[in-house]
Amino acid sequence: MRGKYVIAGIGQTAFGGLPGRSTVSLNVEAVRNAIADAGIEKDIVDAVMVKYPTSRFEGMYSQKVAEALGLMPGINCVLDQAGASNASLIGYAAMAIEHGQCDVAVVCFADNPKTGSRAAYARSRDANAMFGFFGTPAAYAMLARRHMGQYGTTHAQLGAIAVACRRHGAQNPKAQLRKALTVDEYLAQPMMVAPFRRDDCCLVSDGGAAVVVMSAERARQLKVRAPVAILGFGQGHTAWDVTQRPDLTTTMATVSAATAFKMAGLGPKNIDVAQIYDCFTITALMTLEDYGFCKKGDGGHYVEGGRIEIGGELPMNTAGGLLSETGMPGLQMVLEGVRQIRGEAVTQVPHAKTCIVSNQGGIMHTHSTLILAQP
Amino acid sequence: MTDDNAAAALRPPEDPLSDPFWKSLADGRLTFQKCKHCGNSWLPARGECPKCLQSDWAWENASGDAKLISWIVYHRAFHPAFADRLPYTVAVVELAEGPRMTSNIVGVADPETLKVDQRLRLTIEQDFGMAVPRFIPV
Repeated sequence: MRGKYVIAGIGQTAFGGLPGRSTVSLNVEAVRNAIADAGIEKDIVDAVMVKYPTSRFEGMYSQKVAEALGLMPGINCVLDQAGASNASLIGYAAMAIEHGQCDVAVVCFADNPKTGSRAAYARSRDANAMFGFFGTPAAYAMLARRHMGQYGTTHAQLGAIAVACRRHGAQNPKAQLRKALTVDEYLAQPMMVAPFRRDDCCLVSDGGAAVVVMSAERARQLKVRAPVAILGFGQGHTAWDVTQRPDLTTTMATVSAATAFKMAGLGPKNIDVAQIYDCFTITALMTLEDYGFCKKGDGGHYVEGGRIEIGGELPMNTAGGLLSETGMPGLQMVLEGVRQIRGEAVTQVPHAKTCIVSNQGGIMHTHSTLILAQP
Repeated sequence: MTDDNAAAALRPPEDPLSDPFWKSLADGRLTFQKCKHCGNSWLPARGECPKCLQSDWAWENASGDAKLISWIVYHRAFHPAFADRLPYTVAVVELAEGPRMTSNIVGVADPETLKVDQRLRLTIEQDFGMAVPRFIPV
């Protein structure tokens, strides 16, 4: 299946605060833009695959989205892998087309926690509320502290990730937070949940995004303007909660990436640009290690000195990522990967031929990887 | 102080599986589940051994010796009941017998001086109208 399927179109809404917009409405806008980008008619879409809105889980959600799209698709489903869902759905879309279950799929996501409810991000991490273990940042901070203790990772090294994403986001006119950050400014901030400061943590954002998936052959028939090939994909799931994990600083992103690299016939040295899920700084740091861009424990050194910034060895999160573009859980990373491969990104990496995209969720429980390339 | 309703909301919901864990703490004992079939030990409470999947297990007393896997320090309250307790420390702790649990580290002036894997000792404190298992550095 290597390269046999493509992302034929991408679409998004504005990112930030979008008061009064339902998640279904945001999904429809994103899909409308994605099918316009692909240059196809709506009615050829026969699969609608959706990540449920993080802020409010509701039954039969993808059926409501399909209805609002005026479609009665062959395949219609929600996947519950939190932030890994969208990348996984793109893989499932390709597999479904391969096996004749559908022809043209849309994968989409939308949520409105910024102007709606952000309670999903503040809940107790487990049944032990008496310990005061509340909030998503705290659980990721637990991983970061272990990494710092185990490998000597420093605050400034965590900060280097925020600095890179904010530098790139500042150049993105559609980013929610367009304010560059220096390491000194980062270090001067007070602790929120130590070892995390506010700028270690992702944005809370309203917005939607969508992609169209079809075969490369179908894209040629339909004269799609700029299809981007899916060379590989994979998943890996670290199933137990943070307390239960034998090793807090390694995840099944290792298996996810190995599966995707094997399918693509590539390795980390073949990757020109990366979109690494950065809901928190530690997430991106550990993912770079788990993907094999550096050895386990060397992530702190790896991200220093501009290596992950535009002009560096592995430009990462070139539209700003979750720390600067939008806190949306994952699909924006796929959109920026597609723009980079098309050569249409605002912060274009010269001659970018391959892009790796990570999507992950829970507290680094779920993980999904895509490798994109020129067709 | 936290009012009674707020404290009640922080106490664990009644659950036949985990009630013995909290009742033992009220009697001064920290307990964990041990599989009679394969010898695996675990927390929190579950009906089946997550290693061999059998349901033949018993509660055992923990020694109270533990080590610090990781910890965080709240400088901002994510729940109003903890607003007057800042800064406070939440930790992942590994019991000498193997199971890991969420807890608090107490009895340390500056939690930034803690070290991963350092030795800890159980202390059971009355808080929120219940017995809460916490740990102090050795």
